Amino acid sequence: MEDEKIIAPVESAEPNEAAQPVEAAEPEKVITPAEEPLVPVQYDPQYILMVNGLKKHFPIKGGMFSKTVGYVKAVDGVTFNLKRGTTMGLVGESGCGKTTTGRVILRLSGEKTAGQVLFNGQEVYDLSPKEMRPLRTKMQIIFQDPFSSLSPRLPVGEIIGEAVREHNLVSKEDFNDYIDQVMDNCGLQPFHKDRYPHEFSGGQRQRICIARALALNPEFVVCDEPVSALDVSIQAQIINLLADLQDKYKLTYLFISHDLSVVEHISDTVGVMYLGNLVEYGSTEDIFRNPLHPYTKALFSAIPVPDPTVKMKRIVLEGSIPSPANPPSGCKFHTRCEHCTQRCKEEVPQQREIEPGHYVVCHLYDQ
Amino acid sequence: MRKFIIKRLLLSVVILFFVALIIYALMRCLPTSYIESIARQKSMQPGSKTFDEWMQQLSATYGMDKGIIAGFFSWLGKALTGNFGDSWFYTEPVLQVFNRTVWLSFIMGGIAFIFEIIIAIPLGIIAATKQYSKTDYTVSVIALAGISLPTFFFAALLKLLFSVKLGWFELFGLVGRNHQQLSSFGQFLDKAHHLVLPIVTLVVISIGGLMRYTRTNMLEVLNADYIRTARAKGVSEHKVIYKHAFRNTLIPLVTIIGGSLPGLFSGALITETLYSIPGIGYTSYNAMVGGDIPFSMFYLTFIAVLTLIGNLIADILYAVVDPRVRIS
Repeated sequence: MEDEKIIAPVESAEPNEAAQPVEAAEPEKVITPAEEPLVPVQYDPQYILMVNGLKKHFPIKGGMFSKTVGYVKAVDGVTFNLKRGTTMGLVGESGCGKTTTGRVILRLSGEKTAGQVLFNGQEVYDLSPKEMRPLRTKMQIIFQDPFSSLSPRLPVGEIIGEAVREHNLVSKEDFNDYIDQVMDNCGLQPFHKDRYPHEFSGGQRQRICIARALALNPEFVVCDEPVSALDVSIQAQIINLLADLQDKYKLTYLFISHDLSVVEHISDTVGVMYLGNLVEYGSTEDIFRNPLHPYTKALFSAIPVPDPTVKMKRIVLEGSIPSPANPPSGCKFHTRCEHCTQRCKEEVPQQREIEPGHYVVCHLYDQ
Repeated sequence: MRKFIIKRLLLSVVILFFVALIIYALMRCLPTSYIESIARQKSMQPGSKTFDEWMQQLSATYGMDKGIIAGFFSWLGKALTGNFGDSWFYTEPVLQVFNRTVWLSFIMGGIAFIFEIIIAIPLGIIAATKQYSKTDYTVSVIALAGISLPTFFFAALLKLLFSVKLGWFELFGLVGRNHQQLSSFGQFLDKAHHLVLPIVTLVVISIGGLMRYTRTNMLEVLNADYIRTARAKGVSEHKVIYKHAFRNTLIPLVTIIGGSLPGLFSGALITETLYSIPGIGYTSYNAMVGGDIPFSMFYLTFIAVLTLIGNLIADILYAVVDPRVRIS
């Protein structure tokens, strides 16, 4: 059973407790993910983005007539809220659903399976494709790979300017100046406009991607591992560019990364994902100083310390990440957890607020 | 670029030399010999010389008394000066036969080619954008049927349905019985009417390949990251498909379409033969069956030239349409 508990971070988690003890007794597997009970969240204006019980399952086709034989549960119940003007880091190992989460929030991956995505109080998936288009300018994405995310047949000026023109964001007379301005903000020269993406280096291409996203004057940007394809020296430049632009334009970022030191540097809050679930979520300070979930502890113990005299106490996880098509019962992490109990194998843990703004999904903290 | 083209042209000459040599050797080794059949006919006549004597005499006349290599070089020497000799089968200069028949084939192939493009490419795009839908499956099955159907079988089906049962079109030929009595516009209509079935055959047989090709390339592009970028921009779906995706699909498409242009001159040997259309394909079929070495040599070498030009055009176009490719 995957009943989702909603977090209303302003209040305590208590009111939600009342809403669901009955459901826990229902038989499993009968209900499809879309029909599972979900307590809707109320819009709170301090949050630009509210994600509630978001699920995205990809069907696995097989057999003679391409029947659906199962689902890859890439995102399997993710709940968090994102304050305006802040950065949330989303970390986790490869294949845990970070990227899918980012794309599903922006409705770039077909339809969601279940849950809510409220952007400024508006359910993103309720809009028709036509209504969706203006909203796209408000929520942008920077992709991981700057080599494949730029169309090779379009000059850079067109890549950056196309959507600006398409959405009539600036008048025709100001168009060229506006594009020059955006490019300048991102460290690009005006003469780069007529060049094609293949003529640029990786770092410059990522700047083009950033310029492209920011040209639309968005409020919210999903940065999907924006620096993992770049050299370390370039990484710092891009991270600082993103931070500067955030200050300048009051942007909100969802920063997806597996690089914990980058996340620590740029994020205000951090979410830790494991196998499609957000297992822990809180302020960067809380998460890095006081990780609660056993997975977070293991993950953070792997951060190298730049001091040879410090003896690192690494928690090494046994086994590999289970398949998201057939996740373990109960707590999905129980197969690799050193604190695993019988209860962990049977019952799905609920999200709890341990200290103000610090949520964890683990039976260890139920008391 | 110029250096590249010159290099390719020089290479083509070498390739052409060997291709022509192989064709000549094969033609000489054919079991049906024009000279033999003539010699046999002549020797049958009462009071004539013997078969062997005729063979000797005719071989000398037709220049077939030399070995394969020597024969090839004497052919090549004349061919280089533009003298391809007289066709044995048609008993007129090879170039004259060629000039008489090639334009009909070119018009037929050209019309079929245009239909092929305007049918196959949109179908391919639709199939790709609606991957795994009923539309996709329907289009793919039809395309696959087109690829798999042998021309002779499909042509026979068309003839059975439209000529024998419905009587809409003639079974074969380019002109009707009363062609000579018609006005010039009537003659044109008569020919057009006769060309409908051959062109339908050509189109149906050929759209499958191009459609599959478009679909595959389009699918590859549609799954690319930059298409997701385009969607994230909030550009209309129509623009995503035609501006971002199709533009990138054009690279391989223009290449193969450009490359197949010279092929329009080569005629459609099977289709023309099935419908007895006197184009270059049907003409050369008759020549080959009759063992007409000068004409066959000219036709086959001509096809080799067209193929080489086609490949060269494809390579050059690749550089023209793709900004990433600059041949230096």
